[in-house]
Amino acid sequence: MTHVKISMAQALNQALRDAMKADDTVLMFGEDVGALGGVFRITDGLTAEFGEDRCFDTPLAEAGIVGMAVGLAMNGMRPVVEMQFDAFGYPAFEQIVSHVAKMRNRTRGRITLPMVIRMPYAGGIGGVEHHSDSSESYYAHTPGLTVVAPATVADAYTLLRKAIEFPDPVVFMEPKKLYWAKEEVDLTEDQPGIGTAVVRREGADATLIAYGPTVPVALEAAEVAAAEGRQLSVVDLRSIVPFDDETVCAAVRRTGRAVVVAEASGFASVSSEIVARVTERCFHSLAAPIRRVTGFDIPYPPPKLEKYQLPGVDRILDAVDDLQWEDS
Amino acid sequence: MTSLEERLLPSAEPVRLIDQDGVPHDHPSYRLPDRDVLLDGYTQLIKGRRINDQASALVRQGRLAVYPSSHGQEACQVAATMVLREGDWLFPTYRDTVSIMSRGVDPIETLTLLRGDWHSGYDPYARNVAPQSTPLATQLTHAVGVAHAARLKGEDTVVMALCGDGGTSEGDFHEALNFAAVFHAPVVFFIQNNEYAISVPLARQSIAPSLAHKGIGYGVPGERADGNDLAGLLAVLGQAVERARAGEGPQLVEAHTYRVQAHTNADDATRYREDDEVTPWLERDPIKRLEAYLTAQGLLDDAARERAEGAAAQLADQLRDGLMPEPVVDPAELFVHLYTEQTQQMREQAAFLRDELAREEA
Repeated sequence: MTHVKISMAQALNQALRDAMKADDTVLMFGEDVGALGGVFRITDGLTAEFGEDRCFDTPLAEAGIVGMAVGLAMNGMRPVVEMQFDAFGYPAFEQIVSHVAKMRNRTRGRITLPMVIRMPYAGGIGGVEHHSDSSESYYAHTPGLTVVAPATVADAYTLLRKAIEFPDPVVFMEPKKLYWAKEEVDLTEDQPGIGTAVVRREGADATLIAYGPTVPVALEAAEVAAAEGRQLSVVDLRSIVPFDDETVCAAVRRTGRAVVVAEASGFASVSSEIVARVTERCFHSLAAPIRRVTGFDIPYPPPKLEKYQLPGVDRILDAVDDLQWEDS
Repeated sequence: MTSLEERLLPSAEPVRLIDQDGVPHDHPSYRLPDRDVLLDGYTQLIKGRRINDQASALVRQGRLAVYPSSHGQEACQVAATMVLREGDWLFPTYRDTVSIMSRGVDPIETLTLLRGDWHSGYDPYARNVAPQSTPLATQLTHAVGVAHAARLKGEDTVVMALCGDGGTSEGDFHEALNFAAVFHAPVVFFIQNNEYAISVPLARQSIAPSLAHKGIGYGVPGERADGNDLAGLLAVLGQAVERARAGEGPQLVEAHTYRVQAHTNADDATRYREDDEVTPWLERDPIKRLEAYLTAQGLLDDAARERAEGAAAQLADQLRDGLMPEPVVDPAELFVHLYTEQTQQMREQAAFLRDELAREEA
């Protein structure tokens, strides 16, 4: 297959289409995913191609959507559900935490739930209140869930295909602001699987650790830093759970300095977990405490103020500058 | 009222085919079940009562951590499974131990949750019995999913989804009814209204004319039955299952019964209700009335009675013998079931606990 220039939204759509073609038991449902094709058009054309039984709208009730997916998965289906927006997924929280995450463990592996909860998430799109939450830490904190966040078009395709084929439930965090970002990709090219982080850029001086929407920002910061004479490595986690300690720690050991970049509020978050586990494993390789560039510990701001919340290139470079270079 | 509304609303009074004195009554819409069915039901009731009493005794002896008894509700418990076919599904709550056992699940495996050696101890696919749900009403949307999957596969499975009066206040109850209705899923929602959610009486859960009336808001036909009359329950639930199987969509059935005992052994019912309230319900006991009916009809002789008691005694022995030894638990099991493929972090944490235990032993 040749390379094509497509957006992340199109890649996700293609992943769903190919998964539904490959396996009759794959079902796609949620709010507005039928005739409309989803508010972000991720499910565009699926009802027309596969029929009402395979891709369908549901009543507007997220706990019901996820609960129904649990039952379908119990009885031989591979449901994929869309939560429409991060913050609209909260009504389903009990279902996700008490049932989706625990079903395999509580039944000693007799019931497995091959299901995917697609969660358009995070900010940077000028969304009004409740449309821009970074909710990944809630799910990452819950044992039993697998939490994935693609940052590239190729990964959006591969990781969604792998999530649908995965034997256990996956919370699939889709960075909304990257939906329209286009890349030249060959979708048939195999990418690393769930649980593997990837070094997107090599650099000897410090490591930026990012996932989902902050990966392109970290890469941009590395580009600027290079022009200023400092070489930054960029690690894209891809999968928050399982966490790829090996790749992350190896990258940090090579540079001795690290900055974690995440949109979510920093307190008790994925970013604080990364700092803790890297410090526990790499303390003697570190020349400076690991810094974080995260959202402030405030509710996500209104559109006119969101630029103050989002990690940007300058804030990342300031954090890099702060890594005690004078002592090295 | 339109004919549609009439079809969706429950009967004016709970359906009762045998009254508390054992006297049969004709009903315009429901027929008394056959004698063989009632005789089988009688044996199941006797066994159900013994399960409840034996399990409560085992709590006092420290063999079970807790037991939410369905004492007095046994007619609901056994009717729920008697109307099902082999391939049908049951979605039970923590109070439905008798129902699970009457479905044929191994009694010791059924009590794993309450014994505390794991969360759910039986294979859900062996008898199509979902794990017992403790978070109220959350299992009802799963029931809809299982039923919908069966329809997509072209199977004529019916799903019996149990909940209590307290559970009807939860959002998931409403979402499940609505989803089932919209997708025409073959689910029978069976509410055992025992008038209490721990200490809170029905009047604080709902002021609807009955819980069966809640169906009409979703376009789901509702019906109500005397929850201590096995005959009425079998007729009403049997018809609901038949309709769901025939493609008429979900059905809602409310049984009027009463939680004769406290919520669990850890609860003190004297803090929130008077004995005077309980006493009349003892007269409405489901076993007493069926026994009175069967005896008056000449259907129950001493031999049949002894057979039922014998089966119950055997089950009680099985519970006692099976639960007496301390269960064998394996700390390594804490880590192995969470994911199909164990993560590096799980392997590390399992190794940590293994080393810690080895050090303690050394």
